[in-house]
Amino acid sequence: MNLPILTIIIFLPLIGVFFLLFNSKNDKNENRANQISFNVSFLTSILVFILSLVLWINFDSSSSEFQFVEEKKWIINFTKYKVGVDGISILFVVLTAFITPICIIATSNSVKVRKKDFFIALLLMETMMLGVFCSLDLFIFYLFFEAGLIPMFLIIGIWGGIRRVYSAFKFFLYTLLGSIFMLVAIIFIYHQSGTTDIQALLKFDIAANYQYWLWLGFFASFAVKTPMWPVHTWLPDAHVEAPTAGSVILAAILLKMAGYGFIRFSIGFFPIASEYFAPLIFVLSIIAIIYTSLVALMQKDMKKLIAYSSVAHMGFVTIGIFAFNSQGLEGSIFQMISHGIVSAALFLCVGVVYDRMHTREISDYGGVVNTMPKYSIIFMIFILAGLGLPGTSGFVGEFLVLIGAFKANYLVSFFAATGVVLSACYSLWLYRRVVFGEVSNENVKSLKDVNKYELFTLLPLVFLAIVLGIFPNIILDTISVSVENIVSVYNSKILITQSAIR
Amino acid sequence: MDNINLIYPELFLSISLLSLLMLGVFKKNSFLVVSKLSSIVLLLTIPLIYINDNTSEKLFNNNYLIDEFSSFLKILILGSSAFALFFTNQYIKDNKIDKFEYPILILTAILGMFVMVSSNNLIGLYLGIELQSLSLYVLAALNRDSVKSTEAGVKYFVLGALSSGLLLYGCSLVYGFTGSTNYYVIAENYTSSNLALSFGLVFILVGLAFKISAVPFHMWTPDVYEGAPTSVTAFFALAPKVAGFGAIIRILYIAFGNVVNEWQTILIFISIASMILGAVAAIGQTNIKRLMAYSSISHMGYALAGVTTGTNEGISSSILYIFLYVVMNIGSFVCIILMKRKTVYLENIRDLSGLSKNHPVIAFSFTVILFSLAGIPPLAGFFAKFYVFMAVIKSNLFALAIIGLITSVVSAFYYLRIIKIIYFDPEQEKFDPITSKGIRFSLAFSTLLILFYFLNPSSLTYFVNIASKAIQ
Repeated sequence: MNLPILTIIIFLPLIGVFFLLFNSKNDKNENRANQISFNVSFLTSILVFILSLVLWINFDSSSSEFQFVEEKKWIINFTKYKVGVDGISILFVVLTAFITPICIIATSNSVKVRKKDFFIALLLMETMMLGVFCSLDLFIFYLFFEAGLIPMFLIIGIWGGIRRVYSAFKFFLYTLLGSIFMLVAIIFIYHQSGTTDIQALLKFDIAANYQYWLWLGFFASFAVKTPMWPVHTWLPDAHVEAPTAGSVILAAILLKMAGYGFIRFSIGFFPIASEYFAPLIFVLSIIAIIYTSLVALMQKDMKKLIAYSSVAHMGFVTIGIFAFNSQGLEGSIFQMISHGIVSAALFLCVGVVYDRMHTREISDYGGVVNTMPKYSIIFMIFILAGLGLPGTSGFVGEFLVLIGAFKANYLVSFFAATGVVLSACYSLWLYRRVVFGEVSNENVKSLKDVNKYELFTLLPLVFLAIVLGIFPNIILDTISVSVENIVSVYNSKILITQSAIR
Repeated sequence: MDNINLIYPELFLSISLLSLLMLGVFKKNSFLVVSKLSSIVLLLTIPLIYINDNTSEKLFNNNYLIDEFSSFLKILILGSSAFALFFTNQYIKDNKIDKFEYPILILTAILGMFVMVSSNNLIGLYLGIELQSLSLYVLAALNRDSVKSTEAGVKYFVLGALSSGLLLYGCSLVYGFTGSTNYYVIAENYTSSNLALSFGLVFILVGLAFKISAVPFHMWTPDVYEGAPTSVTAFFALAPKVAGFGAIIRILYIAFGNVVNEWQTILIFISIASMILGAVAAIGQTNIKRLMAYSSISHMGYALAGVTTGTNEGISSSILYIFLYVVMNIGSFVCIILMKRKTVYLENIRDLSGLSKNHPVIAFSFTVILFSLAGIPPLAGFFAKFYVFMAVIKSNLFALAIIGLITSVVSAFYYLRIIKIIYFDPEQEKFDPITSKGIRFSLAFSTLLILFYFLNPSSLTYFVNIASKAIQ
């Protein structure tokens, strides 16, 4: 196939942006203008999703090589435009393309002002996220990784809640500060190896004494983005203040960039340093799992609770990645996909009641089941998927991670497993306080159940959360060969250095 | 003198500025005519320089160099000055500083800058700097009825004269111990064990650092930027920095090119200090012109970081940085000049509040420019910083790179603060509509170049590399 399908997928949202910029300008009727911009952006994102499915169908999962690779001249004497996907990144591409249209539908309720601008920001965001997962060149990766800050900053800042300015600044400056160390590392790698081509760098051996520093440079960026304890504090703020669609993007995809980065770069480029620093990651992740679970338990704000649970779930992801075996890695990737679906859905669920009640305080709710039965069922499915009930997608990921962690270090596995219990505590308690119990708030009595827009956003997620739980092979088949390859390359590199030391 | 055609640009500029001066003196109310004619002169000089673009010649006993480096910077100086005249026309009329001396002083300053970037001789350098500075002092004080403007002029003059004195003292020391004012001869006779020569080098560096407003010789910048009429401030932020960099690069890489160690540490200090001060001091500013002054200080720090490396990549990255800095500052000063409500020009950043509702296009452009100044990809400002730090890291100056990048995060804060005011804050009354075509064109030029620079970064790099190869 000679069609540059990846480039089309990445930059198609930009075409949508151009339509939005120039099209609905002359409409005097604001509703009509909003409707047009909704249609344009929804169509664009659906088209991207269909193309990404085509990509997935045509993807050869029996090969660990990068596929659909495209190369073009870009900056002479320095780098080129190069994109491609392997078994790991293709799933994130599909996830991104899947989540964006859902966000666009969710916007129709939650965003009241400047809808057109919101769609523009969302579509820009989509391009940046797709670019991150597809890029096969470090420099381009960095460009997309950082450029995503601009639309997200505007999404939080313009359409956010009361403390939106503080949260937007915190998000922006935290992430930027983390990323500049990665930039230094990227430049240094370029001077060492003479290339920023990821494929070439995966085969290149970086001298061991540099690896530690470079690993830390990348770690600074990814740790903030993951987010790992103790640099996670931007996440609850950003989540709470962002509009629903913004929270969904943040939780479902933005956080996964870091996990993807750990797999692709930290392990791929710096195996020796990764092995050396693995205990650090384990410790930070265990603290994240236990500490943030306890913090989540005490939250009064629904979104904040889910935000802290995200930190805990990402702790599982980092443990799985740095267990360096195929179960751990597969579990991490599965957990990322599953968390992308479940946390997105949970934020949407919060958005549903927030749009009606305009409060996120848990104590303002109670007895929602009496007025919103359908909503309560959907919410329950996601709460259960979030705590990792067998039969839902959350279980497979956590289970595989725990197996992987057990192989690496049983103590890590033990502490991580407490997180499963804790997550059941805070999720179920949240559900009990919101859905069950006496109706104490008058407003709850007059709540209307989910409307068709909301069902349209939530049902696909319900479907996926259950299907992936029952047939995890849909995902595992795609990633397994690539994961095996990463693990075997890692092991061989470690073996070589160990024998060299002896 | 068979190569006299090489200095046609300078000759053309001097002759036309003298005749414009005559025109201005003998014709009443001649601002409009003189200003239009000087813009034409500026634009006509560009092709004159371009004709000589591929030559590398030494004139007047090696004392005046015409090469790709000087041509590139001269074109940049002319282009930025032409923009500074285009978009300030309306402002000059509104503030009643439409005197015919204004464009003529700009032309004399440009002539001085030409000498600065081409001179291969300490005396030529000094004369160029003085011709430029004296014109700038007068320009700063052009609004005679305003206390702030006259104060700015006097302050600039006193401190500028002091720094010129230091520069001259340094020149005399270097001349005394090397026996020549020619850069080539200085480079041959420079012995690094000689303490007096090091002193001379330091004094010269101090004088030049003052001219590009690098820390710790920046004190005049915020006051002069704030006090001078905005149209003049815009000019200050553009062309003189280019010329100052031309002079610094030439003297450091030709005259003192063999003793990089002697000046590298000083320059690293100046660069880091500028980046830190520019980033930190701007946080508390509410006057946008003062804020831009600190912003330009920090940008000078980044551009100097490239020069510190002592390599050709370093020069390229610095010139590229200056080029993109000029493009971004054209845009930001256009936006500052647009801050006008009921014919009153505003300077407080609060006045930008809610700009995105009233003037979405201006708000969008200003936001793009500010993100680019903060160095966020994929805008042009990121590439500028990237190339500088690429050169810096290649020379293993890691501390400089990391401090520089951290300060870039700090400075992102105050750019974000302006964006916050533009986008997140409630709207106010509308600004006056844009009437001038120059403003529209300049803003569109700056925004589009910043926004779409990433599509083809190589072509600018190509020219910059040619220019930097002319040195060494």
